[in-house]
Amino acid sequence: MTAHLPVLQVVIPLMAAAVCAALRPARVAWAFAVLVSWTVFVIAVLLLREVLAGGTISYEIGGWAAPWGIEYRIDVVNAFVLLIVSTVGAVVLPYAGDSVEREIRRDQIPLFYTAFLLCLTGLLGITITGDVFNVFVFLEISSLSTYTLVAMGRERGALTAAFRYLVMGSVGATFIVIGIGLLYSVTGTLNMVDLGLRLSELTATRTVPVAFAFLTVGISLKLALFPLHLWLPNAYAYAPSAATAFIAATATKVAVYMLLRFFFTVFGATFSFDTMQLGFVLLPLALVAIFSMSLVAIFQVNVKRMLAYSSLAQIGYITLGISIGTVTGLTAGILHLFNHAMMKAALFMALGCVIYRVGSIRIEAFHGLGKRMPLTMAAFVVAGLSLVGVPLTVGFISKWYLILAVLEQGWWPVAALVLFTSLMALVYIWRVVEAAYFHPSPTDEVAAAVREAPLSLLIPTWILVVVNVYFGVDATLTVEVAGRAAEALLGVPR
Amino acid sequence: MSPVTAVVLAIVVPLVGAVAIGLMGEERANLRETATLVSAAIVFGLVLTLTPQIAGGARPELVLGEPLPGLPIAFEVEPLGLIFSLVASSLWIVTSIYSIGYMRGHHEENQTRFYIFFAIAISAVMGVAFAGNLFTLFVFYEVLTLSTFPLVTHHGTEAAKRGGRVYLGLLLATSIFLFLPAVIWTWYVAGTLDFVPGGILDGVLSPAAATILLGLFVFGIGKAAVMPVHRWLPAAMVAPTPVSALLHAVAVVKAGVFAILKISVYIFGTTFLQDVGASQIFAYVAGATILLASLVAFTKDNLKARLAYSTIGQLSYIVLGAMLANSYGIVGGAMHIVMHAFGKITLFFGAGAILVAAHRTQVSQLDGIGRMMPVTMAAFLIGALSITGLPPTGGTWSKWYLALGTLEAGEPILLAVLMLSSLLNIGYLLVIPARAFFAPADPELLAHPVREAPMPILIAMVITASVSIGLFFFPDPLFDLVRMVVES
Amino acid sequence: MEFLVGHYNYWVVVFLMMLGFYVVISRTHMVKVLVGLSVFQTSVFIFYISLGKIRGGTAPILIDGPAVYSNPLTSVLILTAIVVSIATTALGLALVVRINEAYGTVDEEEIDAIERADEAAVLEAR
Repeated sequence: MTAHLPVLQVVIPLMAAAVCAALRPARVAWAFAVLVSWTVFVIAVLLLREVLAGGTISYEIGGWAAPWGIEYRIDVVNAFVLLIVSTVGAVVLPYAGDSVEREIRRDQIPLFYTAFLLCLTGLLGITITGDVFNVFVFLEISSLSTYTLVAMGRERGALTAAFRYLVMGSVGATFIVIGIGLLYSVTGTLNMVDLGLRLSELTATRTVPVAFAFLTVGISLKLALFPLHLWLPNAYAYAPSAATAFIAATATKVAVYMLLRFFFTVFGATFSFDTMQLGFVLLPLALVAIFSMSLVAIFQVNVKRMLAYSSLAQIGYITLGISIGTVTGLTAGILHLFNHAMMKAALFMALGCVIYRVGSIRIEAFHGLGKRMPLTMAAFVVAGLSLVGVPLTVGFISKWYLILAVLEQGWWPVAALVLFTSLMALVYIWRVVEAAYFHPSPTDEVAAAVREAPLSLLIPTWILVVVNVYFGVDATLTVEVAGRAAEALLGVPR
Repeated sequence: MSPVTAVVLAIVVPLVGAVAIGLMGEERANLRETATLVSAAIVFGLVLTLTPQIAGGARPELVLGEPLPGLPIAFEVEPLGLIFSLVASSLWIVTSIYSIGYMRGHHEENQTRFYIFFAIAISAVMGVAFAGNLFTLFVFYEVLTLSTFPLVTHHGTEAAKRGGRVYLGLLLATSIFLFLPAVIWTWYVAGTLDFVPGGILDGVLSPAAATILLGLFVFGIGKAAVMPVHRWLPAAMVAPTPVSALLHAVAVVKAGVFAILKISVYIFGTTFLQDVGASQIFAYVAGATILLASLVAFTKDNLKARLAYSTIGQLSYIVLGAMLANSYGIVGGAMHIVMHAFGKITLFFGAGAILVAAHRTQVSQLDGIGRMMPVTMAAFLIGALSITGLPPTGGTWSKWYLALGTLEAGEPILLAVLMLSSLLNIGYLLVIPARAFFAPADPELLAHPVREAPMPILIAMVITASVSIGLFFFPDPLFDLVRMVVES
Repeated sequence: MEFLVGHYNYWVVVFLMMLGFYVVISRTHMVKVLVGLSVFQTSVFIFYISLGKIRGGTAPILIDGPAVYSNPLTSVLILTAIVVSIATTALGLALVVRINEAYGTVDEEEIDAIERADEAAVLEAR
């Protein structure tokens, strides 16, 4: 049984998605999805433990040996990403139960969970597989289900947001297929490790740099790297709360993982950073993203969209870490993958609680909530402080490593920018805090009826808040795993 | 009890107290205040048990956890931290007594929240005082900022909100933008952040770089209120008076200057500072702050605002002591932490007493009030004497050593600054009790006579005023502790 | 000349690809965007399939005598990609239908105008 864990990680949610579509009533579908997400989470934990103890796992699908068959290959890097994705799934799904009932038409709810599980399948699949075409297939599974999730939002804007996401996402995916096809045409293999070996001899051809360019652009679209980010703010803002929390915490993270996998395992750090000068391409984009998106976030009146822009800035931090290309830089980037997933999921879930009770997430809707929904707002404040990077939260750990990595390069202005944008994060989080704690509640009857969110929403939210603080106080585990992942990617012997 | 246990308890007990306070709530106000007083007494007792051991040369150490590899949350008690914790914990008791009288006499709302965050802030102060490395100090420094914010904005009015925004914005901005990079830079060049006698930077930093780094610390530690990062302190005066008293005359601001002292002694090392001459320029910045703050204080008619600017000036005395980087300077600075704490808290208590009993906030309204509130104004007088540095109060000694420090450093200009500042102090501070006692009374005051403040307020004031006098006659225990810092 | 003729399959692919991509980015009518997207994706299918084809090669079935086989893998991969493409187009069209119901138009510029008007109304109401 344990030998088949890698394939079960993907197959269980895939099968379950099909079953889920047939389940009625909605509560049964929900309970089933929760159960599946917890199973998936347990498998991810077991896999990470196995990888940390025994090294890379290689699993041949159907017994066909790599490089002909499809190989699932799990090292520290993707075991960590698997854990991030499945953790968020396992926390968000229990939360979804009540939240979704308030936001989605009743007869669509089982289909929501189907799409959710398919999305989970896709993201896990991208992460676990060692075959580049398989990456594309899973990418499309996750993307198509994400478009559906977004389109299920309450407002009609959700439909246009989903459509635009669909168009840009498909263009991105097609770029990735082109890149993969070009690689296949010169190497005749689709296995990542095999590709890595063969490509190192072929870097002088014209095809490989072209493939590199197509893949970079395609993945950057999925990653919402500035300036290919236009689909993201509306998609996050209009999707149902539970879907936003899940997608925001995982989808871009998996895209980052794809970036890492292609740059470091397939093309190799030397080719990516020395021949193609990737650092000089990514660094300015990351810096512009960090600054401009933080600035835009400050002026949003829709808090959900504000956090979406904040996510774009945070993606900039991650890309900044990667673009440095050193062990510390990569460690910072990978650490922030986890840390940002935890803080953003917590923040979006707190917003979901507000939507549940108040029905709006415009900034005026927060007036007086500090008194009426104290636990929800406390969660928002703690997760918000984590986003700012206050000590004893995970955000601080990320910033610490990021600045350390930047200082190693002697890039003082970049360090100053990172710190300055932390202050900008403080400003946009503070606007919400001020609305919640200093503005008196509106006096009409609707506002008077607002109470604290139900426990079914609060408990999952607070679990993530506690995670934010726990790994801020004791980051030994995350730093260790991220450090090992970075070393594995760069091929630095331990 | 082992010293290590005492250290942990000193940080944990206030938090337990906060929980107990929260459980009691508004309905059981008496029990709630008891919880505050009991935890305050326990913390002070714990710190007292540490005193003989530290004086005997023990340096209890403890590692609580390691958030980042190589960067533990660690505590180590040394004389400087002990002095700071003694001051903060003893004054927590006094302030608690005072708060009971003030908060009830003034019919404040949300008193439970007030006591909870007060206790958390004290816990953070203990963490700052006992921090064994710069990282731990930074962490608790930030906790202190965040936990005092609800206290500053306690009234929830538009003015409180504005003040709170300046308070939080400036303190967080300086700490994230200047202090944090300084910490990371130190870690980057020295490979450690431990507080080591003699410093950790000798030989790894060029003179120019050392000057820049020291500047990042001096201005990044916004709580020390060196101009131009002092604006948060007057802004924070919108808080209820007990908060201003303990947090903005003692705990918060002293956490700032304490951090600067600690960094000068244990991160840079006084020898290194002297050798590279990194600190001279900041000694002048501190001197300028002293004079400017005193001049601004003259223009303030609001009593609390005047005291706030006086605090800014007095804090720079301590920064000046640290920046002189010789043993007299350090001794004077460390002693001034204590002397100023007791003096200034008496003054704030007095301001609060006048507000509660007479509902007056402006200096110009106080003529003749001393004859109606003799205890309050007598205590105020003693506090003012101590701040000015005149006998028979403890402030005399710290100014004496600071003056010696300027001479040893060969800085006659700074000596002149100190003397001039004392004159200015007389002008804006001593004049208040003088007029209160001897000036002809305000006609309105005669029409509506006022009585003394509530008893808890008076008790608190008498205690702190007596300590100020006591420290003049018995400075030896304090002096011995401080001397250990410079001799190690 | 040899270069041009010898790579004619690539020229076809590049032409279709650019055509499709241009339609995607230049049109505001959502159905036209989807048409462009389909053309864009189809160009990639042709690219893959023509990669695997060898002149005179047959399907890789074991028959007597020496034979030249074309690479079947690319065709298999594209089978999957076609499924994905159909699903994308279907989902896209479904969204277009819903958008038409919700807004009464499927033109992106007109929808933007409606959205702006909505937002202005909300701000006005405050």
